[in-house]
Amino acid sequence: MAKTHVTMTINGQEVEALVEPRTLLIHFLREQMLLTGPHIGCETSHCGACTVDMNDMSVKSCTVFAVQANGANITTIEGMAAADGTLSALQEGFRMMHGLQCGYCTPGMITRAHRLLIENPDPSEDEIRMGIAGNICRCTGYQNIVKAIQYAAAKINGVPFHEAAE
Amino acid sequence: MIPGRFDYYRPSSAQEAVALLAKLGEDARPLAGGHSLIPVMKTRLAAPEHLIDLGGIADLRGVKVEGDTVVIGAMTTQHDLLTSKVIAEHLPIIPETSALIADPQIRYLGTLGGNVANGDPGNDMPALMMCLDATFTVLGAGGERTIKAREFYLGTYYTALETGEIVTSIRIKAMSKATGYAYEKLKRKVGDYATAAAAVVLSVSGGKCTSAAIGLTNVAETPLLAEDAAAALVGSSLDKVAIDKAVAAAEAITNPAHDARGTPQYRTKMAGVMLRRAIARAMTRAHG
Repeated sequence: MAKTHVTMTINGQEVEALVEPRTLLIHFLREQMLLTGPHIGCETSHCGACTVDMNDMSVKSCTVFAVQANGANITTIEGMAAADGTLSALQEGFRMMHGLQCGYCTPGMITRAHRLLIENPDPSEDEIRMGIAGNICRCTGYQNIVKAIQYAAAKINGVPFHEAAE
Repeated sequence: MIPGRFDYYRPSSAQEAVALLAKLGEDARPLAGGHSLIPVMKTRLAAPEHLIDLGGIADLRGVKVEGDTVVIGAMTTQHDLLTSKVIAEHLPIIPETSALIADPQIRYLGTLGGNVANGDPGNDMPALMMCLDATFTVLGAGGERTIKAREFYLGTYYTALETGEIVTSIRIKAMSKATGYAYEKLKRKVGDYATAAAAVVLSVSGGKCTSAAIGLTNVAETPLLAEDAAAALVGSSLDKVAIDKAVAAAEAITNPAHDARGTPQYRTKMAGVMLRRAIARAMTRAHG
C-alpha cells in the first residue's frame, strides 16, 4: 500500500512524514511524532482524551485520518506552555484549582478549553459545561475542572478570580 | 482499532469527486466529516477500498441566500450552522437542532450533508429537513438532479441516492419571522442519539393555526413526516383537544426499535411527549 506524503505544522514546527492513509491522527502524533500528550481513551470518539486543535477547531484525533490533516496547523498539549516552561493560564488553572486527579483526561480537557476560551473569552458556568461536554473525566465530577477554566478565563481577561461558593 | 487499508483521494471539485466515484464503483465511499464512517471503518463493519475525501472541495461549504431560499453547501459543518448569522436569521430551528447533535468536537467536523445523506434514522437533521420541506441537490457522473427530503428516506441506511451520487447542497425556504418552531430531543446523555425527538414549525393567524409541519426522529426505520398529526393542528386554536389528537396521530405512525434507549412502547410515548413540548414551545414563538 502506497504511503502518502504529508506536511503539517505541529506546535509551531513544520514536519513532514509518510503515512498510510488508514493511519489515524492520534496514532500518527503518538507513534510517529512521539507526542504522547494526546491520550487514547475510548478510541470511539466519545471520551475526548485525544482532543487536539486542528486549524482552529477542537477535534478528536482518533476520528481523523492523518492524511486529512495534510497541510493543517495542529496544537497538542505539548504546545500549550511557553518555550521557557511557563505554564499557560489553563495549565496554571488546572494546577491551582486541583482540576485533575489521575490526569488521563487532562490533555484533552486543556486543549478543548483552549479553543473554548478563544471563541468565548468570558464563558458562563453553563457555557463551560456545554463547551467541555465532549470530554469525559471519571475522577473529578467536573467541579474543579470548571473552576480551573474559570480561573484561566479570569487570568486571560486580567480580572481577579473569585471562586464561586458551593 | 485500526481501519482496513484503502486508497485516499482528495479531489478539489464535486465533478472530480463524482468522476472518481463512477470510476472506482461500489468499493469507493465519499468521506464528509467522517464521524459516522470512520467509527464503522475502525470496527471493520465498513471496509471501503477507496475513500474520496470531500473536505478539499471549497464550493461545497457555506451558506447563501437565493431569493426566498437558503442554500447550504453539503460540507457545511454543524459548527458553521451554529455560528452562521444567515441561518440564525432565516432558519433558527437549525442551530437549535445542531446544538443537540453529538458534542463540540464532533460538531466542528460533522456536516449537514453527511447527516442527511447517511440514512441513519438516529440522525437529527433528516426529520428536520422533512419538516422544513428541504430539497437536496445531488450530483452523479450522469449530472445533477434534485430530490425532496420528504421522498429521500427509503429505509435504514437506504436513501434515494444512487451509487456514485453525492449530495452537494440543501435548499430550504426561509422561515417567516412569525413562524413558531421548536426541536425537542430526549437523549440519555450528551452525544447520544435520540430516544425520540420532534421538530415542529407552525403558523398562527387570528388565534388559529394556519399551517403546521412535524418531523419525528429515531422512532422508525426512517425519519417520519407526521402529516396526520400536523393536519390535526391546522384550523384549530391549538387547544388541548387538537394537541391531544396530534400527539395520538404521531404516536400511531411510530415503530421504534427495542434498544438500550427503551422499549418500543416507551419510545413511542416519548415521541408524543417531545411533540407536545415542541408544539408548546413553537406556540410561544409564533406571532400572528
